[in-house]
Order: sequence, then structure tokens, then C-alpha cells
Amino acid sequence: MILSANDLMEVVDWSRAQFAMTAIYHWLFVPLTLGLGFICAIMETIYYRTGDLFWKRTVKFWMRIFGINFAIGVATGLILEFEFGTNWSNYSYFVGDIFGAPLAIEGIMAFFLESTFFAVMFFGWNRVSRGFHLASTWLTAIGANLSALWILVANAWMQYPTGTTFNPDTARHEMTSFWDVLFSPVAINKFFHTVTSGFVLAAVVVIGISAWYLLKKRETQMARRSIVIASIFGLCSSLFLATTGDGSAAQVAKTQPMKLAAMEALYAGEKEAGLVVFGVLRPEVGKKYLFEKNADAFYFKVEIPKLLSLLSFRNAEAYVPGINDMVFGNPEQQIIPIQGKMGLGQEALKAMKEYREAKATGDAVTQSYYNDLFDPNTPDGKYMHDFRLKHLGYAYLDNPTEAIPNIPLVFYSFRVMVGLGFYFILFFAITLVLSLRKTIGNRRWLLRLMIVSIPLVYLSSVAGWIVAEVGRQPWTVYEMLPASASVSNIASGSLMTTFFIFLVLFTILLIAELMIMFRQIKLGPQPAEIEGKTDSEK
Amino acid sequence: MAASGNVLIRVYRFYRDGFREMSSLGRTLWIVILIKLFIMFFVLKLFFFPDAMGHLETEQQKSEYVMDQLLNINR
Repeated sequence: MILSANDLMEVVDWSRAQFAMTAIYHWLFVPLTLGLGFICAIMETIYYRTGDLFWKRTVKFWMRIFGINFAIGVATGLILEFEFGTNWSNYSYFVGDIFGAPLAIEGIMAFFLESTFFAVMFFGWNRVSRGFHLASTWLTAIGANLSALWILVANAWMQYPTGTTFNPDTARHEMTSFWDVLFSPVAINKFFHTVTSGFVLAAVVVIGISAWYLLKKRETQMARRSIVIASIFGLCSSLFLATTGDGSAAQVAKTQPMKLAAMEALYAGEKEAGLVVFGVLRPEVGKKYLFEKNADAFYFKVEIPKLLSLLSFRNAEAYVPGINDMVFGNPEQQIIPIQGKMGLGQEALKAMKEYREAKATGDAVTQSYYNDLFDPNTPDGKYMHDFRLKHLGYAYLDNPTEAIPNIPLVFYSFRVMVGLGFYFILFFAITLVLSLRKTIGNRRWLLRLMIVSIPLVYLSSVAGWIVAEVGRQPWTVYEMLPASASVSNIASGSLMTTFFIFLVLFTILLIAELMIMFRQIKLGPQPAEIEGKTDSEK
Repeated sequence: MAASGNVLIRVYRFYRDGFREMSSLGRTLWIVILIKLFIMFFVLKLFFFPDAMGHLETEQQKSEYVMDQLLNINR
């Protein structure tokens, strides 16, 4: 079956919509697991050191919340893997070796670490020693975060392919250095930025739930002490998050300049570029209109001079390329125009086609010529890999503007993420100070704000993913494979059906989680006398 | 041999007792997990998510198929 251009775009759009929805739903559950595991471990460490039953009761309550979130969220990520095989088969095959290894390690690690120590966490109270139980809680938290590492390594490779070589014989990337893939600077930054965003989210959730108890004047001691721990954990995490966010933006400036330009709606590249704090874009921006002057893209904007240059290249005078530089090229800044990259990609595609024909017809001379040309150890082969194959994805574009991502979505999502990121630093600092002064329970407006902050932290978390993933469009593998060449040769009808099945399934799961969680929060921790009894029975 | 046998029995008993004494919340969550896994593997995977390259048997065939797709995409 050969899809027409219209059918192909329908398949691309529905595949994207389905993947985005699944990933967003999956990501609603993951970050709380990443952070709450550590908060539980810190609380249990205090119980271990003091022997105070109050802490045992407290940690068991938060572990219950952790367990609900884990149980409802577990395996939702597997659906993404189903989608790889059915909807994104070209992509899955193209990246197979690179994606396969980290995902396999993730699966094994998640299964063994989490299933073993998770069971001890929940079944092990009064059955194993306190030290072994504490170690299990820490290992569950560490295991969950290590699982995230492998997924993020695979994602980082898609944003910044490294440590691999494309093999035209197998039509797939082959790993040349596992360590380059694992320790790619993009992967390291992405891992720390993503997991710490999970820590911030968990801290806000703990504070928000505790605030509800304070408003209801229930479990006040547990709520106050939980707020202190969560605000310290959240403040440290949010400061680290800002640092890794700064590192991520600097990485994007180097490796994905189009994404950076989209984040800032920067059309004309400039030296001493300012950072837009806030602005309202004109509707033409969404239609990929190319503005000559940056100011023309906005109804209004508030900008901090030179800050974009400074943050991107650690130099306030540095030139930051704009969308026009990427589209039309800029010889002074050694930026190849997209039309040029399309030419390089087409040369790669032509070479692959001729090599394939030579193999089919048994033309040994042409085969030998292309064997040398695709060998990265020869000078011609190096050019082929570093320039032509590196830009292979551009061969699938019809128009240079197709390489521009959805600017309004990326621009506003970036501001939501960063704005809320700074809000949470302030939020944790104020919460901590007032908690230490023991005046937090008197400020009902602040307690309400803490509850309202729970949906805000989820919003910022999803906004972060939108910046990362929509910002790299149209590529699934940066500059090498666009979404249009990644999808399977399937009918869009089945994609639509499964899209709505998922919508219903995930919504039911989310409602189930919220109902179970609200009920458990309402019930609160186990009564102190029961906790004391179980402990004395030991 | 006897020691490792004891460890295995202890691990078995640990899980058995854990499941036996599980709270009603734990049971509810296990039911949610099992229903979810059933829907995922016996409904979605079986009826809606076939392997798009499942009809190809060898790696060579898969490579040929993907290369064919990459070279002939109808843009």
C-alpha cells in the first residue's frame, strides 16, 4: 500500500496526536513517583534514626499515596512501546539499536529493582528489620529514577544523535559508542532536569495535601512537619532545576538552534539578543510567516537586554541565530540555509538509492564505489556521514518552512514552564520560612494557594515536555528523520479508533486515581494507637 | 543448598503473607492493575496494535522494507 500525500499527513497527524496524548497521560503519573519516593525515604530515615512512631505513621501515609499513584500509572508507558511498533515502525527500525538497548535495560531494571524493593516497602513493615526496610525504600526511589534515566537517554539521542553511525545496508543506526550515547551532554542535562522537575512536583503535592489538612484542622502535626520536609526538598530541587534548565537552554542553543529561536520567537538573528520575559504574538506567527524584524512578530513584549545571548552562549555580546538565519542561511555565521540542507539530504537519498540498485543488479563497481562512500573512515565517507546523512531528514521536506516548529505553542509553553519554575522557588522559600516560624496555619489564603499550586505544577511539567518535544518538530531524530518518514504504512482509521479508546481508557484511569487518592486523603493516616500496637507487636 | 532453599521459602512466605494480609486499598489497586494489563495485552495489543512489520520474517526483509519506505515516501 502506497499512501497518497493527504493520507500520509493524516497518518502523521493521528500518530502524533495519539503519541502526545499517551505520553502526556503517562507523564501525569511518573513525576510524582520520582519525587515522592525520595520524600518517603527521607521521612523514613528520620523514623529510623529517632524511633519516633509519629514518623512511621507519617511515612506510611505518604507511601500509600505513592502506592496509589504507582499502581495507576504503572505500565501506561508500555502503550508507547505498542505505538512504536504499530504506528512508528519506520522510526523504530531506523533507531532500533539505539533505542533497544536503553529500553531493555530500563525494563529489566524497573522489573527487578522496583518489584523486589517495592514489595518490601509495602509488605515489609514489621516483617523485615527497620534497616532493611529503610534500604528498600531508598532503593525503590533510586530504582524509579534510574528507570527514567534510560528513557531519557533514548530521548536525548533523538534530540542530539551521537555515538552512532547510519548503515545503509541495514537501514538503521548502529551504536559505535554506548558511552557517548549514555554520557551525551544533552542526556545528562535532560536526566537531571527531568527528574528534579519530578521532585518539585512531588514536593508541591505533599505541601498541597498537607495544606488541606491544616485548613480542615486535622492531622496538623503531620501536615506541618510534612510541609517542612517537602519545602526543604522542594527548594533544593527547584534551585537545582533552574540550574539544569539553564544548562538545557545552553545545550539547545548549541545543538538545536531552531528550537531556541522558536522558544523566543526570534526571527532576525542578532548580537546582544534580549530575552523575552513576556509577549503576545501576532496570529501570523502560527502561519509560519517570516517576519523581517523581531518586533513585528509581537503585539507587545517585555524584554531583558542581552540576556538571551548571555544565557545561550555565556557571552552577552554573542550572536543568537534567528529563524530567518536558519531558513535563508547566514554565511557570516556559517549557517547553511535549509534549501542547502535539503540538497545535502537529497544527495544522501540519491546515493542510498543508487547503492541499493547496484546491489540489486549485482553491479560490483558501483557497489564498491558506494561502499567507500558510506565508510565513515574514508574522507569521502566522513563527508557523507557528517554532512549528507546528517541532513537526510531535509530530503523529505517540500518547503524550508516545514522545518519550523509550532512557534506559538513552544513560545507560550516555555514561558509557562519558566514562569512557574520561578514561582515555585518563591513558593518553597515562603512556605519554609513561615513553617519554621510556625505561623503557616494562620494564613488561610496561603494554604489555599498551596492547594491551587498542585494543578499548576502539573501544568508546568507538561509545558516543559511540550517545549522539548514540539520544539524539535518536524524531526523524530533531529535533522535525520522527520515524522512524515517515521510513520508506518497504515490506514489512519485504526489510528483514530485507538486514539479515542486511549482517551476513554486514560480518563477512566485518571478518574480512578483521583477518586482513590481523594478517599485516602480524606481517611488520613492510620490512627496512632493502631500504629503503636503494630510496632509493639514486632 | 539447604540455606538457599530456606531463602526461597522465606521469600515465598513473605510475598504470600503480604498478599494475604493486604488492605482493601491494596486489593483495589491490584484489581485496577490486572484490569489495565488485561485491556492492554489482551484487547489493545491483540486487536489494535499489530506489529507493522510482523509479516516480514528476516532482518534482511525488514531492512529492505524500511529502505523501500525511506526511498519512496509519497511527500
